[in-house]
Amino acid sequence: MAKKSPEIEEYKYGFRDEHESIFKTGKGLTPEIVREISRIKDEPEWMLDFRLKALETFEKMPMPNFGGNMDDLDFNEIQYFVRASDKQGKTWEEVPSEIKETFDKLGIPEAEQKFLAGVSAQYESEVVYHSMQKDLEDQGVIFMDMDTALREHPEIVKEYISTVIPTADNKFSALNSAVWSGGSFIYVPKGVKCEMPLQAYFRINSENMGQFERTLIIADEDSHVHYVEGCTAPIYSTNSLHSAVVEIICKKNARVRYTTIQNWAPNIYNLVTKRAVAEENATMEWVDGNIGSKLTMKYPSVVLKGRGAKGMVLSIAIAGKGQHQDAGAKMIHLAPDTTSTIVSKSISKHGGKVTYRGLASFGRQAEGAKSNIKCDTLILDNESTSDTIPYNEIMNDNITLEHEATVSKVSEDQLFYLMSRGLTDAEATQMIVMGFIEPFTKELPMEYAVEMNRLIKFEMEGSIG
Amino acid sequence: MTTNFVIEGLKASIEGKEILKGINLEMKGGEIHAIMGPNGTGKSTLASALMGHPKYEVTAGSVLLDNEEVLEMAVDERARAGLFLGMQYPSEISGVTNSDFLRSAINARREEGSEISLIRFIRQMEAKMKDLDMNPEFLHRYLNEGFSGGEKKRNEILQMMMLDPKIVILDEIDSGLDIDALKIVANGVNAMRSEDRGFLIITHYQRLLDYIKPDFVHVMMQGRIVKSGGPELAHRLEAEGYDWVKEELGIEDETVGQ
Repeated sequence: MAKKSPEIEEYKYGFRDEHESIFKTGKGLTPEIVREISRIKDEPEWMLDFRLKALETFEKMPMPNFGGNMDDLDFNEIQYFVRASDKQGKTWEEVPSEIKETFDKLGIPEAEQKFLAGVSAQYESEVVYHSMQKDLEDQGVIFMDMDTALREHPEIVKEYISTVIPTADNKFSALNSAVWSGGSFIYVPKGVKCEMPLQAYFRINSENMGQFERTLIIADEDSHVHYVEGCTAPIYSTNSLHSAVVEIICKKNARVRYTTIQNWAPNIYNLVTKRAVAEENATMEWVDGNIGSKLTMKYPSVVLKGRGAKGMVLSIAIAGKGQHQDAGAKMIHLAPDTTSTIVSKSISKHGGKVTYRGLASFGRQAEGAKSNIKCDTLILDNESTSDTIPYNEIMNDNITLEHEATVSKVSEDQLFYLMSRGLTDAEATQMIVMGFIEPFTKELPMEYAVEMNRLIKFEMEGSIG
Repeated sequence: MTTNFVIEGLKASIEGKEILKGINLEMKGGEIHAIMGPNGTGKSTLASALMGHPKYEVTAGSVLLDNEEVLEMAVDERARAGLFLGMQYPSEISGVTNSDFLRSAINARREEGSEISLIRFIRQMEAKMKDLDMNPEFLHRYLNEGFSGGEKKRNEILQMMMLDPKIVILDEIDSGLDIDALKIVANGVNAMRSEDRGFLIITHYQRLLDYIKPDFVHVMMQGRIVKSGGPELAHRLEAEGYDWVKEELGIEDETVGQ
């Protein structure tokens, strides 16, 4: 079998454009820089206070004592804010041409025309393009970038920001709170059901960039919404940091699905905090795909707060050479009859490392709650590794918790079987891998499933040496 | 030119232990050969070694398919050259549908740009499934996952029919089948009989050979073919067992031995 160079050279979104930003804070993090970010955004005083307090918290908090190696992550080498464009486009023609070309290459305008109800495109620190279908607007759906939301709906932002994820939740949520910029704000009014997904696309272009988007989704009673995000960046020899905070509030009977296809370049630290609160009979679903980055630490969580609330995390993580995916899920059952499902599929290859880290917690009130957790790992070669680290906290006797974990290698017999029908070694391995993650891909909208399959095939090429 | 399959002096071992101790067999298109023998005599090893299972190391001999050396080919090259093995224990592949798998297998035999069209493929597959009395839902089931023993065997025959091989090796295709399923599987094989296709049918029991009439019957013992004959040999084995063969040849333990 022809040996291909490792996937670091093969990351297909690693191109960069030569766009000159119009403002940047330069490297490093000080209260002055935080003031500068707030000033240039013309924010209300309370937000500046929020940021400055968060910066103090960040400085006091220790680094996480678990997860991956962050030794070469130097907070002083990061640019915390880069403004690429002085206005947000409502049509692609209004977006600076180099940036538009980048999004064209990523296929965003094309996808928008075909099957999206709304699109937001963030480039460096801010959203450069935004649009939403008129009928959703007419129904009162708000979908805008977080900076605009702070200007146009300050009362809603103030009411909900940091209520799901406190600033001091962890060092990176504190950092995000201090320097956040961009991200999506969504409000879906009572009873409104968005049939087509809303999408945000996050792109880092500069070297040593820190992207700190802040997303807040509020789904009012009986509403439905599906939000999709994708992420890519160019490859540089030095590290960049992506550290988002995503807070979601699912009110009574609401249903929110949040789909991520993270395909960061292999020099990106991806340290993200995502959490949702689900009220009575609400359903929150995280569909989380982690293919890229140098280190990802991300554990999408659902706080099941109302009776009968449901939470789901369906995730895949693929770690290749030099990559560590430390991912998982947290389900916090606080109310009776709440149910949760976690399905985690991990693949390691070429010396990559995957860790499933999960929490199933049942409070005293979680009478009759149920959780079902399934973690499967597929290891493609002898240099690659996997770990499964589940935590359970149970304060109520009347709950059901099922946990199942498997670790497998692509078996000789399976390969022989497929090859005996004429498939090459590479085709057979790819087929087994695609089958392994099928429970994930089948949950994606068709267009994303096709793209996902293409990405995985691309990732798998050269996996067999 | 009719298909020609020649096995000469084939020896194979597993973990250093020799199982096949020099197999010689010649087959032509249109012929059905049956290999019979008690358990542990090397029959299934022969099937796996011919297809190239990595567990078995071939230490000597040659296998020519239309004058090309099969032993130098990788497993998938053997398949594309026209060899097919219907397995005793087919693997289960989760998340891969039967139809996706089979279409990929067919396209693996075709040039890029001349892949089979989806509609044509589905029609063909549905027609063959009907012949095998398979529920159409098996199109969309994951490959062999949760299939009963009989369903797996039918699925092997379905693959054989779709892939149109030159040499078909069936390893204990009758095991675990009830009489109705056995007839269906046998009908499938009979429908595939043709002048340019040869069959090597490995079986324990004469039963299958009531429905698939072999032209030649070979008895395997101690990793060798020890006796060959026509269909009458199978009948005698069914009636009298293997003891008379052992007696005639002075064999005490027919297995490959420890």
